[in-house]
Amino acid sequence: MRFSTLLKKPAEWMRVSGPESDIVITSRVRLARNLVGHSFPGWADKHERSEVMEDVRPVLEELSEMKDSFSEEMTKLTAIEKQVLVERHLISREHAAKGPGCATVMNRNQTISIMINEEDHLRMQAIRPGLQLLSAFKSLDGIDSILEEELPYAFDPKFGYLTACPTNLGTGMRASAMLHLPGLVLSEQINQTIQAANRIGLAVRGLYGEGTEALANLFQVSNQTTLGKSEESVIENLAMVIENMIKNEHNARHKMLEDSPTMIQDQCGRAYAVLKHAHIISSKEALNHLSMIRLGCDLGFFPEEERESINLLLTEIQPAHLQISAKRKLTPEERDILRADIIRTNLKGLTEPEFSSIITERDTDEDE
Amino acid sequence: MICDVCQSEKATVFLSQMADGKLQKVNLCKICADDKGVTDPTGFALTDMLEGMGEESVTEKPAQPDELTCPSCGFTQTHFKKTGRFGCARCYSVFNEGLEGLLEAMHKHTEHSGKTPTHFEDLIPEKMEIEEVEEVHEQTNEEKLVELKESLNASVEAEDYEEAARLRDAISQLESQLEDSGQ
Repeated sequence: MRFSTLLKKPAEWMRVSGPESDIVITSRVRLARNLVGHSFPGWADKHERSEVMEDVRPVLEELSEMKDSFSEEMTKLTAIEKQVLVERHLISREHAAKGPGCATVMNRNQTISIMINEEDHLRMQAIRPGLQLLSAFKSLDGIDSILEEELPYAFDPKFGYLTACPTNLGTGMRASAMLHLPGLVLSEQINQTIQAANRIGLAVRGLYGEGTEALANLFQVSNQTTLGKSEESVIENLAMVIENMIKNEHNARHKMLEDSPTMIQDQCGRAYAVLKHAHIISSKEALNHLSMIRLGCDLGFFPEEERESINLLLTEIQPAHLQISAKRKLTPEERDILRADIIRTNLKGLTEPEFSSIITERDTDEDE
Repeated sequence: MICDVCQSEKATVFLSQMADGKLQKVNLCKICADDKGVTDPTGFALTDMLEGMGEESVTEKPAQPDELTCPSCGFTQTHFKKTGRFGCARCYSVFNEGLEGLLEAMHKHTEHSGKTPTHFEDLIPEKMEIEEVEEVHEQTNEEKLVELKESLNASVEAEDYEEAARLRDAISQLESQLEDSGQ
């Protein structure tokens, strides 16, 4: 599959909704694997990395899941193309910066992507819409079981899968979910939530992983440890905490509707006005307003179908996606203008917020 | 710490300066500091002063030649301290010393539990022994499981995640034991 084909089709997680998808945007699971007899990518020289890549890449392309896959060396992609993959959460920011001997293989639906020679020889990821951690893991586990027959995995009975960084040692698995938590942010409970998650060994990060800002009220929750617990029990534990966070988010929204309905009306109304009429808008401002429209969809102020176009916009207004749609490099100022254009066009059909539910339904309608 | 210049007096002035992208550090006693004009902020450059002094006091220490090195990939302890990553799979056995403490701090565990590639499964004999011992307690385990699940619900309700996580782990451990012994 060519890159242009990949681009035309948004990733499956961007188009389809899954369980709990009002709050859980995506579930991701990644496994780190290495081969015996080769230095880890960070320590290997160019030749050794290329050797590993040449051994591994054909095996990956042969997988039945990878039929008609997109497979490319990182050196053959432009900076913008690589950034598009980052914005779709298909490769890491670190991998985008990699040079010779590094490659990426992903399936047509963009549900499975495998990075060759990122920090480990293999970093495979499954991504699913909504809360589907276990099914994401299962799909990856199947692929991993096929690969272990073909590739000499570095494994130690005591330490498990051997990884470049000891923080991934053991299962080599990182499971994470991207949550939209405007209720907990607006009610100022988010720090408390993050600290509680940290205390039980979970990490909470911003939109693009480690060290990134929590834009659009989006947070990634993931397991921090990989040694000593089975994959299933880590996922079960994570899912349990996420379900609880979902419950807290719903409660926070209900409470806000009761205690400060005018504040929510104001936030959603402003977001609507700005996105409908702005001609220059930064990524940060746009993301935060889109978050409010999404909340408005959940609360019944906007038609629920709009949530899907908001989901798409969250990715499509990012810098690399904008430049791909413009088919040229854009200055930050040009991007802000194009971003506003795209948002106005996409939200053309969005009707004015309908707030009657706040007054009439808020005490009776539990689902809103 | 003694003065880098006169090598006799106690150093009381500590200087750091970026020059050519490298951090340079010098420790001086009061007398030498005054002498070199360090206390005069207008006309002082650390680089000027360092010229004529021994190199080793300014640059980072190179890896010691007799340092423990991985025979497969040439990785050293110094590299690990610098990057926090290993060079290859074999490094885990070469740099085994002290590794457990590190893993304990990182993961609260030191041994893998979870997926094992099929051709490694025969290499783990301990598993069998554990299963046999546990079988005796099967009856009580099932009761324990119900009890644990109840406390789990209670602690989730009370938002005590720490306790909940502990219980969850205990449950999954029990469940897997029950499953194993049931087969």
